[in-house]
Amino acid sequence: MSEVKSKYLVDERGYFGKFGGAYIPEMLYPNVEELKNAYLEIMNSDAFQKDFQKLLKDYVGRPTPLYFAGRLSEQYGAKIYLKREDLCHTGAHKVNNTIGQILLAQALGKKRIIAETGAGQHGVATATVCALMGLECTVYMGEIDMARQKPNVERMKILGAEVRPATSGSKTLKDATNEAMRHWINHPQDTHYIIGSVVGPHPYPDLVARFQSVISEEIKWQLKEHEGQENPDYVIACVGGGSNAAGAFYHYLDDEAVKLVAVEAAGLGNETGKSAATTALGREGVLHGSRSILMQTDDGQVVEPYSISAGLDYPGIGPFHAHLFDTGRAKFVGATDEEAMISGVQLSKLEGIIPAVESAHALAALDKVELKETDIVVVNLSGRGDKDLETYIKWGKY
Amino acid sequence: MNRIDQAFIDKKDRLLNVYFTAGYPNLEDTLSIAKALDEGGADLIEIGLPFSDPVADGPTIQASSTVALENGMTLNRLFDQLATLREHVKVPVLLMGYINPVLQYGFEAFCAKCAEVGIDGLILPDLPMYEYEVMYQSVLEKYGLYNVFLITPQTSEERIQKIDSLSKGFIYMVSSASTTGAKSGISTEQISYFQKIKSMGLKNKRLIGFGISDNESFSKACEYADGAIIGSAFIKLMEENSSSENIKNYIQQVKSPVS
Repeated sequence: MSEVKSKYLVDERGYFGKFGGAYIPEMLYPNVEELKNAYLEIMNSDAFQKDFQKLLKDYVGRPTPLYFAGRLSEQYGAKIYLKREDLCHTGAHKVNNTIGQILLAQALGKKRIIAETGAGQHGVATATVCALMGLECTVYMGEIDMARQKPNVERMKILGAEVRPATSGSKTLKDATNEAMRHWINHPQDTHYIIGSVVGPHPYPDLVARFQSVISEEIKWQLKEHEGQENPDYVIACVGGGSNAAGAFYHYLDDEAVKLVAVEAAGLGNETGKSAATTALGREGVLHGSRSILMQTDDGQVVEPYSISAGLDYPGIGPFHAHLFDTGRAKFVGATDEEAMISGVQLSKLEGIIPAVESAHALAALDKVELKETDIVVVNLSGRGDKDLETYIKWGKY
Repeated sequence: MNRIDQAFIDKKDRLLNVYFTAGYPNLEDTLSIAKALDEGGADLIEIGLPFSDPVADGPTIQASSTVALENGMTLNRLFDQLATLREHVKVPVLLMGYINPVLQYGFEAFCAKCAEVGIDGLILPDLPMYEYEVMYQSVLEKYGLYNVFLITPQTSEERIQKIDSLSKGFIYMVSSASTTGAKSGISTEQISYFQKIKSMGLKNKRLIGFGISDNESFSKACEYADGAIIGSAFIKLMEENSSSENIKNYIQQVKSPVS
C-alpha cells in the first residue's frame, strides 16, 4: 500500500473534516484505543504487507481486471471501464477488508472474531477469512435480514461461523451493528470486531478505507496500460456505508480533475420516504461511534432506510463520504430501485456480466452524468449478481 | 449549590441512585415515578432518554426504550412533563442518554431547558472526553450542569485521573465489562477493582452501577463506594408494577440496613 496524504483523509484526531471521531461509551474505549494505537504500525510493517499482498494475490485473486466495456461504451458514447471487484473471491470487494482485518486481529493476538452483516456479503467474507485462519467467528445479522438472505446465512454456517440473530430495534443491519458492539463490550479482551464498511468509531473508517484503497491503486496502473494515463474523467461507485466507493476514490482524492460520483440508493424515490439516500434525506448526527450524516427523525431517532438492495440500506454514510459530500469533492446522486434494476439487466445483456444490485446503482449513474465521447469513465463493479438472482426474478423485467 | 453536591453533604454513605426510562411503561409515568422514588428514599434519580440505537444497554433497558419511543416519548414531551419537576421532587435529577438526540435538539438549547426545569447533571456515555472539553464543557458550566463520566475495570489509571479531574458531582463506576443488566451479583474480581479505585484517593464521589439489583448487591457496593446505581432491576420492577407503593417498598427494601 502506498501512503496517501490528503486533506480529504483522516486527521490525527480521527476526523474527516468535521465528521468522524470516536463517539463510544467508556466500555468500548480500551478496545478501540488498542486498535487505534496499533493499526498503522502493524499495517505498515513489512511482515504484514508481505502476508496481505500474498493473500490478495493468491487467495482473493487480485489484481482484479479493469475491463473496457465496449458495447456499454457505445451505448453511452464514452469510454467506460469496469473495475471487476465482482471477480474477487466471495464475489465482492468486501474480502479486501476482511483479509486485512483478520491479519490485524492476529497481530493483536485476538482469538475470536465478531462481525455484523446486512445482506450477508460482509458476513460471508468474514466467515471465509476466519475459516482460512482458524479463528472462531460470530456474525450478527438482523432477524429480518436472515429471513431475506437465507442462502448467505447457510454459506456462513458452512464456513463454520455462528450466525446470531439481532432481534432488537428494527432487526436489520443497524441493529446487527448494535449487537456486535454490545458483544464487544461484554468480551473486551480476546475479541476483534471486523466492521464491514467505512463506518464506526475511529480508526475503523480509516483502516477500512486503507484496505479497500487497493482498488484505486490498481485502477491507476491498469488505466495507464489501457489509455496511457492514470486518471479517468469520472470514477463512479455506489455508497451504502461506502467501503467500495472509498476504495475506488482513495488514490484520486487530490486529483481534483477526476470527478468522483457517489451513488446512493433512492429506493422508490426520495419523495416517497422509501429511500436510503442519506445525503438527500439525512442530517448531521452520531451513530455507531462516529459523527456523520444520518437519516433520522426530528427528534434524533435513527430511521430505517429502504432499498431493493440489502447492501445499501444503511441509515448513514461513513464520515469519509460525509466529508466528500460536505466539501463538494464528490458528487452524490441517487438511483432508484427501478433505475438500478434496468441498468443491471442492461449490463447483463450488453456485456454478459450480471452485477450485484448494489453495483447496478453505480451503473445507473451513467445516465446522470453528462458524458462526452472522449470521457474516460471507471465504474466500480463492486459485486456480482449471483446472490441477487431472486431479486432479478422478482423484478421480472428482463 | 448543585443539588448533587448537596446530596453528598447531606448523606455520607449508602446513597442510592435509581435509573428509569422516560415514558416507560406509560408515556405519562415520568413524573409520578420520579416523585415516588423521591418519597421512597432514593437519593438521586437518573431519567433515561430513550434512543433507537442504545449500544451500551442490555436487553431490559433496550426494550424499555423501544416501548417509550412507541409510546411517543420525545425530548419536547419530556421537558413538558418535567416543567413541574421541582414542585414534586427534591433530590438531584440527572438525564442519561445518547448524544444524538441531544445534538438534534441543539446542545445549548438542551442544557438551557435542563437548567430551566431543574435538572442537575447529565450522563452522556457516548460523548468523548476530548469533544466534551473542546466543545461542550463551557456550555454545561454556563447552565450549572454537571457532567458525569463513566469508568470501567478496563479504564487505565492515567485515564481515571483525567476523568477525575474533569468530573463534577460523582464518577459512575461501571462494575464489570458489560452492557447494562448483563450480569448480577458481585464477584471477587470486581471487588479488587472496587478496592483499587477506592485506594486511588479520587477527588470525586463514586457510585457503582451495572449489576446492582437488591439489598445485598447494593450493600456490597456501598462498602467500596459512596453509593450505588440501580437501573435494569428497577425497569423490570416497573414492567410488573409501576405503582408508587411498589416503588417505595422496593427502595426501602434495597436501602434497609444489613441485618
